[in-house]
Amino acid sequence: MVGDETQSPDLQPLLLLRKPIAFLLSSLSTHFHLLKPWESPLPLPAFLSTHATTVQALLITGLAPVTAAILDSLPSLGCIVTTSVGVDHIDLLECARRGVAVANAGSVFSDDAADYAVGLLIDVLRRISAADGYLRQGLWTLAGDYPLGSKLSGKRIGIIGLGSIGSRVAKRLQAFSCTISYNSLTMKPSVPYKFYPNVCDLASNSDALIVCCALTSKTHHIINKDVLSALGKQGIIINIGRGALVDEEDLIKCLMNADIKGAGLDVFKNEPLVPKELLSMNNVVLSSHSAVNTEENILDLYQLIIANFEAFFAGRPLISPVSA
Amino acid sequence: MRHHQPFLSNVPLLPSSLILRPSPNPRSPPRRITLARASMDGNSELPLVLLVRPLFPAFENSLRQHFRFLQPWESPLPTHEFLSANASSIRALLCSGPAPVDDATLACLPGLQCVVATSAGVDHIDMDECRRRGIQVTNAGDVFSDDAADYAVGFLIDVLRRISASDRFVRSGLWPIRGDYPLGFKLGGKRVGIIGLGSIGSRVAKRLEAFGCTILYHSRTTRPSLAYKYFSNVCDLAAESDVLIVTCALTRETHHLINKDVLLALGKDGVVVNIGRGALIDEKELVKCLREGVIGGAGLDVFENEPNVPKELFAMDNVVLSHHRAIFTPESFSGLLQLVIDNLKAFFDGRPLLSPVSA
Repeated sequence: MVGDETQSPDLQPLLLLRKPIAFLLSSLSTHFHLLKPWESPLPLPAFLSTHATTVQALLITGLAPVTAAILDSLPSLGCIVTTSVGVDHIDLLECARRGVAVANAGSVFSDDAADYAVGLLIDVLRRISAADGYLRQGLWTLAGDYPLGSKLSGKRIGIIGLGSIGSRVAKRLQAFSCTISYNSLTMKPSVPYKFYPNVCDLASNSDALIVCCALTSKTHHIINKDVLSALGKQGIIINIGRGALVDEEDLIKCLMNADIKGAGLDVFKNEPLVPKELLSMNNVVLSSHSAVNTEENILDLYQLIIANFEAFFAGRPLISPVSA
Repeated sequence: MRHHQPFLSNVPLLPSSLILRPSPNPRSPPRRITLARASMDGNSELPLVLLVRPLFPAFENSLRQHFRFLQPWESPLPTHEFLSANASSIRALLCSGPAPVDDATLACLPGLQCVVATSAGVDHIDMDECRRRGIQVTNAGDVFSDDAADYAVGFLIDVLRRISASDRFVRSGLWPIRGDYPLGFKLGGKRVGIIGLGSIGSRVAKRLEAFGCTILYHSRTTRPSLAYKYFSNVCDLAAESDVLIVTCALTRETHHLINKDVLLALGKDGVVVNIGRGALIDEKELVKCLREGVIGGAGLDVFENEPNVPKELFAMDNVVLSHHRAIFTPESFSGLLQLVIDNLKAFFDGRPLLSPVSA
């Protein structure tokens, strides 16, 4: 593994705010002179003003926030690449104002995210994790069978956000003979699915909702009490977007009152804290923001990061740019 | 043809109009006679069906509106004596669940012409003996196939992407302490070897194609209309697969079809999913291979000695376990009930059966 002391001074400096996974750390250090605030005794603002004033490139890992204050400390900054698809942790308006280009993970994660959403849906409907837990407690021999789940094939699925991930979810669920409808910022005339401009209407006409959209000021709490009520007692909700897309308190109340049937949640309002009411429910499946986490796509991500920074330093357009 | 003398017994005998007449050729298929209702007094004219174990509670009400049932366990006589005593009345048998229908039972029922099973698999029924006696057997047809295929895919995603393990991780409160759960593995692009490309296997294939998987298969016969690569040898299939999904019937030939050689060929990142029968896999060998990292993971809905599950599996995060329910949803249960009723009605009306098991 290449350490700092052997890095060539000719390498462009690249600032990170948080320590990334080992693979990224070691691979990036072969391309860039890495600035690593976590190794410094200085608090972050002091580190930045001491070491980062000439830095042009910033890699955001682990959803570290990029605020106006941080941007103020980086007067030479020209390009931010985030390892995520979501960019709600980055003040895009401030970046645009300062001429800082932003790139995200593009569609590197889209297949894996879509696979995960479908996996969560099957798990919640068919109670796979619940049954697995039941067996591991030795209850099959002691207490007999566990209650049944319900059928997926042929169900009506409402997708919220028919972008790169949502469209892949749709394609997969069509192979299960599901009917697909969607809500999105704009209608997409080229897709064969029914568009609902109103999320409540989508919910009324769906057996399951899958939330795949970006978190913006318009989509905050897009899933609230009214939508859940419209979804109904047999309804399932799957969220692989951001915790704040769903009003978490409303969701918990609906689950506790059996106003909806179940939920699959990969994201939460205050990760890694998960409301304790959810931890004891049998009709929910919970995961630790893993929808995009596979070994294979880390390499794809790495190549995209390098490609974006290379384009930036060569004066070419970014590969996976994001606009405000 | 089976011509039997009515026995003296305390069970009402069939009216003489319903006793089968001998057919001239003993080897010809039995003739079915339409049952004429002589009178409309209650359910005494409903066709009679033998049970070998109690009905599923959810099926009781509906089935009893259409049929009368003979329940051997309610008699003080030992079962085989009871069966022999009632043999003249018995033309149809409803086999709920995996209750065995063996040759000793069949020998007591010379008038039996139809066995209606409630499962897709018929390994609990002596099919050779049924064929020999000209007894038609029906199974669950396609009623469970979608649900079984959905479950197999869910299982596979769960094992590869560690959904259940992640769920346990979050519930145990470890996320804030240990950080994110370890990475899973990508499904897209994986080579999936399906063992048994029948009603369930072909639906699994269709679903996994939408995830970008490549489908390979081994089956008793090739399916030239499907563009998947065929392997006549399971080891060869395993060697070219990242995942094996077992969806075939359990027969003498397929017992322990997945053995040490197949698991070795599958290799250390390989995943096995079994929604067929426990005995399709050499379970001791599978546990050993998982323990030693010879293969990468497994999704198991069935076991050799249910409800006993090898306890070693409980400590493994790369396995997902369930208790023989890949096919069970309320919807498929309703479908099954209707199919059972329709098969029995067709039999008693002399019409073709809806889901006969072919030879």
